[in-house]
Amino acid sequence: MRKGLILRGLLVALLVALVLRPELFTPLFAPFAPNGGPVIYQRTSLLSLSLSHLGLVAVASGLATVVAVSLAILVTRPAGAAFRPLSRTITNIGQTFPPVAVLALTVPVFGFGSGPTLVALFLYGLLPVFENAMTGFGTLPPRTMEAARGMGLTRWQQLWQVELPLAAPVILTGIRLSVVISLGTATIGSTVAAATLGEVIIAGLLTDNTAYVLQGGLIVGIFAVLLYDALVLVERALARRMGRVQQAA
Amino acid sequence: MIEIDALTKVYGDTTAVDAVSLTVDTATITAVVGTSGSGKTTLLRMINRLVEPTSGSVRINGEPAGEMAPHLLRRRIGYAIQGHGLFPHHSVARNIGAVPRLLGWSRSDIRARVDELLTLFDMEPASFRDRFPHELSGGQQQRVGVARALASRPDLMLMDEPFGALDPIIRARAQDDLRQIQRKLGSTIMLVTHDMEEAIRLGDKVAVMDDGRLLQYAPPAEIVADPATDFVADLIGDTERPMRFLSLVPVSEIVEDGPADGTAIDSGASLRDALSASLWTDREALPVTRDGTVVGRVTLEAIRARAARAS
Ligand SMILES: Nc1ncnc2c1ncn2[C@@H]1O[C@H](COP(=O)(O)OP(=O)(O)OP(=O)(O)O)[C@@H](O)[C@H]1O
Ligand SMILES: [Mg+2]
Repeated sequence: MRKGLILRGLLVALLVALVLRPELFTPLFAPFAPNGGPVIYQRTSLLSLSLSHLGLVAVASGLATVVAVSLAILVTRPAGAAFRPLSRTITNIGQTFPPVAVLALTVPVFGFGSGPTLVALFLYGLLPVFENAMTGFGTLPPRTMEAARGMGLTRWQQLWQVELPLAAPVILTGIRLSVVISLGTATIGSTVAAATLGEVIIAGLLTDNTAYVLQGGLIVGIFAVLLYDALVLVERALARRMGRVQQAA
Repeated sequence: MIEIDALTKVYGDTTAVDAVSLTVDTATITAVVGTSGSGKTTLLRMINRLVEPTSGSVRINGEPAGEMAPHLLRRRIGYAIQGHGLFPHHSVARNIGAVPRLLGWSRSDIRARVDELLTLFDMEPASFRDRFPHELSGGQQQRVGVARALASRPDLMLMDEPFGALDPIIRARAQDDLRQIQRKLGSTIMLVTHDMEEAIRLGDKVAVMDDGRLLQYAPPAEIVADPATDFVADLIGDTERPMRFLSLVPVSEIVEDGPADGTAIDSGASLRDALSASLWTDREALPVTRDGTVVGRVTLEAIRARAARAS
């Protein structure tokens, strides 16, 4: 536990330094830069790239969560059961369709910038949340649900007070997967001019500057690790509170 | 009062409940007893409409249950589920206070009620109030489940094997507590059990079910003395019958004039107690007291005669 805390603190410190004071790492990255070329990416501030990268992921994952959870709620009601296969198909297509293709197809509609990236991340993030929400709603303790009905909760009250809180840890696992996938995938958004940390990596690839690639990759990677870790902690706390054994991620 | 009229539930080709009619009078306990799968739970669940009957009707205090909004009907009827069904994500206090909260009680009223019930069920409020269900033993969970059903002081209650997971001693205590609460509040309770002993102990009337049908509906003494079918007799257990019967009859019923020596027995005690006292102390007769004064005696012979009448 203590070791974990120290490790997390170190990672956070490393991340902050990488984003705010990248020049400190010049000696580290210099061997990977082309001879005489720039070592540290300076065209745009890494802070603003990080913020807009995280912003894109947050908006896309947020939307995906709302849509996927609503969909799962709908098709787990008796009236919506008929739409279950259809919604599975839709979310599956969202996942199997390559994000790059989504970008290519949506640029003509939204133009260059964040729009196409948002769409791609949104579609890509639907499936994990949807599938986990289906599992969450499908494995509610039947006796608890019966008690909820038996004491006179309305359907809405059952949903808000019992079903959603009980399914929350499992849904959160889905959100975590979706967020981590999005964090990585968002980098390709920079191919269509979205402001993300992908910009650094792409600049590195275009100018044959491995230092840039490492820099961008490292920052995205640490963000992913820290977010993943934070969400795992939240899930555990929720699950522990409910006495539910942590389900496999 | 709960009036059940020709209530039937058919699932595919099993008839879970087959034209059951019975009336649970106000301020009495009806214990429904039967083997596993005999339709007890289904019968109970049709009363608060967790299961819609295939045919037949239920009236709650004269009103047809079929015409009320299900969630409003259910808020009027306390329901303790088989295997407690507590909300795992809510504290003990919130679980118990669930129905009062639905009914719009004030926070302080709910809190007071929660503490009162916890105390009643022998669970120190300060230490149990804020625990979560998974931090309780099986028996404690079950008591919280029963407390939750009692919380809003409903005048009607449905209980499905509420004491199933309790050890014999706590179980007997919980049964006595329930009996007392019921007497004090004048609640009307329909309680399901597969334990004839419990049915006899708790029921003002006992309903014996088998294979969806109601075999007998009568006061415990009558069930024991005069089982309607062999099945009912089997449930009671042949060898136990005389003792069961004696435990239901108070000494006051056969008290007679005459002398007797030694420690007296109260007229409210059962014949079973009187029998064991006289056997243990080797006396043919015991003095009987009411409120401390001797009112006569009870003899071994009279007890034997009474037991013989039951067989
Ligand atoms: N939802 C259902 N669908 C189909 N059959 C059911 C359903 N619910 C109950 N049954 C059947 O109806 C019969 C009566 O079941 P019920 O649960 O009422 O029995 P019980 O007397 O409460 O038994 P136990 O003592 O085991 O709780 C059983 O044969 C059961 O399999
Ligand atoms: Mg049952």
